[in-house]
Amino acid sequence: MAGREDWWYDEAAGPLVRPYAMVRGRTRPLRPELHLVTQVRAMPSPADPAALSVEHLEIMELCRRPLSVAEVAAYLDVPLVVVKVLLSDLIQRGDVVIRDPSRVPQVPDRNLLQAVLDGVRGI
Amino acid sequence: MVSVESERPGGELLVPTPVKIVVAGGFGTGKTTMVNSVSEIPPLHTEELLTEAGVGVDDVLGLEQKETTTVALDFGRITINPEVVLYLFGTPGQNRFWFMWDELAYGAIGAVILVDTRRLDSSFPSIDFFERRGIPFIIAVNCFEGAHAYEVAEVRRALDVDEAIPLVLCDARDRESSKTVLVSLIQHTMDRLDAMA
Repeated sequence: MAGREDWWYDEAAGPLVRPYAMVRGRTRPLRPELHLVTQVRAMPSPADPAALSVEHLEIMELCRRPLSVAEVAAYLDVPLVVVKVLLSDLIQRGDVVIRDPSRVPQVPDRNLLQAVLDGVRGI
Repeated sequence: MVSVESERPGGELLVPTPVKIVVAGGFGTGKTTMVNSVSEIPPLHTEELLTEAGVGVDDVLGLEQKETTTVALDFGRITINPEVVLYLFGTPGQNRFWFMWDELAYGAIGAVILVDTRRLDSSFPSIDFFERRGIPFIIAVNCFEGAHAYEVAEVRRALDVDEAIPLVLCDARDRESSKTVLVSLIQHTMDRLDAMA
């Protein structure tokens, strides 16, 4: 019986799956509105979990609370570009929602700045 | 292991508004230290892959032949309230990755440019970058132990920055001090907004 200790690879060997294999060679983000801080949040449960890869499911798990694209990439430990492709899949399927880009001011307005100012003072 | 969350508030999930502040400055000026001192989570690390030309990554076929570079990003987070999250990004040390700087500066409240008085010139490229793009910024002089204590006016003269740009002294290791720096930047951005109205 092959135990864990018989495995020839370990953490130090690096990932067995190269990042681009996870996204089947696609590197161009499908959703241009996915910036570093764009907030993403998973719907309570994926429509058809069997159709999702392990990485997709990991994202669904992570994004039970809203997170930024950059945070998802950091927690999954994959390059940003890979996370953007995976997120694009999930958004397209309706499993992940993002902040409606039309409601996000490109430069923060006064009310938002005041809220941030109060928030930073309060930490 | 995917369990169903019971939370389903009226069909629409709350997704907060993100805001960000860029922490810039030369190598070794204390950017990561400052992010660390105010972030509510241990600073996170992520990477972006860029082609040598710095124009971003396109199709995978081209990627195999071009030189790719990894740009490392360190960032922290402050949850302002359930509807607003603030992110603090340190700029990548290598000044040649302007592509990444543009992405960081996009929609930002502004930038804190950290300065070490022993190496003033290392922060010049950062000042140029934000000045040229008209993005609000302030200068924060990180008072390292052993660094000469300069007058604010002297530093301002040496950096050749406008009187309208706030210049503050700080200790990037200290949470309260870093908070004060962030407050100065946000107030500066608000003042500029008022002046334009």
